[in-house]
Amino acid sequence: MEPLIQPQDIPYLPRGVRLADDRVRGIRVLQAPERAMQLDQIGDAILSELDGQRSLAAIARALAERYQAPQNQIAADMRDFLTGLIERRMVFVKAAP
Amino acid sequence: MTERPRDIDGNPVTPGLPIAMLAEITHRCPLACPYCSNPVELTRVGLELPATDWARAFRQAADLGVLQVHISGGEPGVRRDLADIVASAREAGLYVNLITSGIGITRERLQDLDRAGVDHVQLSLQGIRPDMADRISGHPGSWNKKMAFAEWVTEIGFPLTINAVVHRQNMDRLPDMIQLAETLDARRIEVATVQFHGWANLNRKALMPTREQAAFARQIVNDARLRLRGRMVIDYVPADHHAIYPKACMGGWATTGLNIAPDGSVLPCHAAQTIPWMTFDNIRDRSLRDIWMQSDAFNAFRGTEWMPEPCQSCDRKTVDFGGCRCQAMALAGNARATDPVCSKSPLHAGLVAAAEVESQGDTDEMVYRRLKKGR
Repeated sequence: MEPLIQPQDIPYLPRGVRLADDRVRGIRVLQAPERAMQLDQIGDAILSELDGQRSLAAIARALAERYQAPQNQIAADMRDFLTGLIERRMVFVKAAP
Repeated sequence: MTERPRDIDGNPVTPGLPIAMLAEITHRCPLACPYCSNPVELTRVGLELPATDWARAFRQAADLGVLQVHISGGEPGVRRDLADIVASAREAGLYVNLITSGIGITRERLQDLDRAGVDHVQLSLQGIRPDMADRISGHPGSWNKKMAFAEWVTEIGFPLTINAVVHRQNMDRLPDMIQLAETLDARRIEVATVQFHGWANLNRKALMPTREQAAFARQIVNDARLRLRGRMVIDYVPADHHAIYPKACMGGWATTGLNIAPDGSVLPCHAAQTIPWMTFDNIRDRSLRDIWMQSDAFNAFRGTEWMPEPCQSCDRKTVDFGGCRCQAMALAGNARATDPVCSKSPLHAGLVAAAEVESQGDTDEMVYRRLKKGR
């Protein structure tokens, strides 16, 4: 699968896409146009970092530090996870300024 | 103590939790599309559920596990209290999709709806350019009004889905519809082949796509998905009369979705009232949880025990759930039957032959939806 995001790109949740608590099921979900997607802890951790300011690489660095995990691995996982969401138009990407 | 929920044959079933709710707040609509998904017996304005009842229904839905509401109609913009209804859905914690024709909602009202909390707009498309769109919608001027509305949607910044309903009269223009969605910067386009319930069923001879058209649409969708990867999502509901297996209608009866009709009737799907022996509870009389968990209509076709052969021994019974109950009702005269669009149904060969004849129909004349007079 060809990635749709590069390390220096800035991923963000566009209007109409937001993280939410599903209080009935006790899970976290990504709410998007006509879709609600269940998130696991990793997905939630990644999406919670998207602030429209930092690049994929910068977020991977922060997560690597927090979870004591190899940055390359985290960046690769993020790239695949976000590519799937970009394909579904639930995550947008902008180039670094 | 409440009784254990049971299916139509008395087998115990286990209800899950609904994720999405369709709120059909009115059947009134300025358009007259000959394939309208509303029932042939339309609900009159005097029977419509007031906004306060909708607010209560949204709270009950959220408590039950519903995450998203699709506020639809008819044309929801016909209701002057639409913004109040939207606001109450957001207040309940629901994600609000507005399903609209775009006709009759001014720029100012759309701004109100933005403030009220609409998360996403789905705009229907009947055709391309005035001649086709206005003829199919039965509403002169609909195309120009719709295009103006689409501009306001973009200007305000709502995420936009284009919902293109395709059939024999317009399927050849599918490439232009996808192009239009691109031009409007839509995030998604839903290409939905007409489902032959209710009004559409009255118009089979004008609307049934040809086999060639169905293949053409499939090819166009496949090509566009590759070309538009990462730019636009294309959801596709194919022509199931030309398929080998039926669609997994509603993802299974009463598993993830429910529908409230304008008068407050709570339905497992929007066409469920075409099953004549089935009775439905009303949100004015009974809580949504009670209806979802305990009512006969919702439990009737839950699980797989109720299924007859050839479904019962089929390894796809948990994939497509025997297809659509309403289509089985319409085509087999029996809501329990295997959906006749399935190639394993004994009625399949006859259905395919009939669809072939209908698709070669020499008529473009259509019965447009309307309220019956004098009732």
